Amino acid sequence: MSQAISPTINSRLTRRTRSRSIGAWILRLLVYLGALLSVGVLLFIVVYILIMGIPHLSPALFDPVYNSTNVSLMPALANTLLITLVALVIAVPLGLGAAIYLTEYAGRKNRIVGAVRVTAETLSGIPSIVYGLFGLLFFVTYLNWRMSLISGALTLAIMILPLIMRTSEEALKAVPDLYREGSFGLGAGRLRTVLRVLLPSATPGILAGILLGIGRIVGESAALIYTAGTVAEIPSGLFDSTRTLSVHMYVLASEGLHVEQTYATAVVLLLLVLIINTLAATLVRRFAKG
Amino acid sequence: MHSPNTRPISVTVDLTHKTAYRPFIADADVAIQSADITPAQEAETILANLPLEPTVERIAIKHLDLFYGSFQALKDINLSIASNQITAFIGPSGCGKSTLIKSLNRMNDLIDGCRHTGAILLDGIDIDTGINVNLLRKRVGMVFQKPNPFPMNVYDNVAFGPRTHGIKGKAQLDEAVEKALVDAALFDELKDRLKENALGLSGGQQQRLCIARALAVQPEVLLMDEPTSALDPISTARIEELVVQLKEHLTIVIVTHNMQQAARISDKTAFFLLGELIEAAPTQDIFMMPQDERTADYVAGRFG
Ligand SMILES: Nc1ncnc2c1ncn2[C@@H]1O[C@H](COP(=O)(O)OP(=O)(O)O)[C@@H](O)[C@H]1O
Ligand SMILES: [Mg+2]
Repeated sequence: MSQAISPTINSRLTRRTRSRSIGAWILRLLVYLGALLSVGVLLFIVVYILIMGIPHLSPALFDPVYNSTNVSLMPALANTLLITLVALVIAVPLGLGAAIYLTEYAGRKNRIVGAVRVTAETLSGIPSIVYGLFGLLFFVTYLNWRMSLISGALTLAIMILPLIMRTSEEALKAVPDLYREGSFGLGAGRLRTVLRVLLPSATPGILAGILLGIGRIVGESAALIYTAGTVAEIPSGLFDSTRTLSVHMYVLASEGLHVEQTYATAVVLLLLVLIINTLAATLVRRFAKG
Repeated sequence: MHSPNTRPISVTVDLTHKTAYRPFIADADVAIQSADITPAQEAETILANLPLEPTVERIAIKHLDLFYGSFQALKDINLSIASNQITAFIGPSGCGKSTLIKSLNRMNDLIDGCRHTGAILLDGIDIDTGINVNLLRKRVGMVFQKPNPFPMNVYDNVAFGPRTHGIKGKAQLDEAVEKALVDAALFDELKDRLKENALGLSGGQQQRLCIARALAVQPEVLLMDEPTSALDPISTARIEELVVQLKEHLTIVIVTHNMQQAARISDKTAFFLLGELIEAAPTQDIFMMPQDERTADYVAGRFG
């Protein structure tokens, strides 16, 4: 590139390159600083919680029944799993179904597709407390389901629906058209193509989305406090109040009476989220590899 | 278009004579051993016999105009495709070969904004109105340019079609899979690897697996869109050999970029240019005495 350039232009170029390289250097420094800062803060929080929490992980904390002396997190842990399960049972079929419809059935230029997509994007940006408010007004008050497992689970289901839908859509879109052609070319109908060819190929991506959804549910408190309530017992039915681990932590922390146990609970919550996210990341990586 | 010595005299044949798909008989070796005449003599006898051989029209394309949105990709195509022959589509890139071959089993239905006028008849039945599309694609199978085995094992790939069309029993499926693999000359290579993922096969094996997969539903017509363009010369030769064997039981339409390939294996060649069918005739006529100047230029390698 530089052979044919006259010396004057050449030196001007170098000067410009140098000034640009100083800019680039500053920029790079800022980027590194930013990265270091965020990783540092994160690491500090995690380490701090571990240090404060691990010494207080006592057997009493895992008693099957909660009372104000043992401050057991066991019911909350069970409730977390329970409410996650119910929310997924509702959100996954709906989200996946919507994704299948949007990618495989609706025409590419269909108006509904655009509208649904914009709605989903908007919904996924809404703070969870807004979902909580909606759940309170609609499920708890209007439908009179009270603060209950089902009200909470439905609120959570609505909250993660856009996420499940979007990730499933991406996973389906990532399946090469070659497979669709191959399947249709053999005389398979759309449903068979979806069930037998597309879904198996898209499964890792879909699972990754579901795991991200689980992660959000497990870490959620704002949307649950006024929809699932705070009763620290394993519910005997769908219409009983439940307290998940995050809500449990929130309650403990706001009461301020059991700081040590709060940290210990935080450790358990942290581990749970860590495991889920690692699983999700592994799946995403496998999915990217194909 | 027809010179005096061209043989396929189109004969309207009663549909009841339509031969059902016959099972394969591996008699190639026997045939070679028993032939104690020279290749030249053999060729002579074949040529001598040709005029007598009636051809059954399997597919008729009538006044087909096809549009992608407002762009007209095919212009008034009229073409007859004979049973148990290999018909080759040649022409420069973008002239509509893929579009036409995909029309024959309605794969263009999958493309938004693609519409057509005119008719395509399969054994006299309009494929757009007279037959269920999935059934059509069972009868008119397709092999694509890029090998596209499903990301499953070899067995499941081949069994996909039969399962789609209602074959459930394990014994029946095993039989269908074995037969298809034998027909695609792949059985010996893969009989111990049936449970292996098909994506681990070589490109040539993958393409032959796709042929086996297509054969497993026992189609009457096999469409092949540049099936060897992504393969090495040896794999290409194997597939060409296979295609020639298959025409005994099937009608084959093959798109090819490679004129030598068309000359080597096809009985009839259709030359396309900018969405128009310029000339369709017995392959040797297309190459030896093309009627249209543009065909002559193309087969002489003067453009495209
Ligand atoms: N899905 C499509 N949408 C719009 N135009 C298309 C589409 N597929 C093919 N075409 C156009 O139709 C013409 C014929 O394409 P094609 O049949 O693929 O040609 P060939 O197989 O002979 O190379 C080309 O001009 C191509 O750009
Ligand atoms: Mg093409």
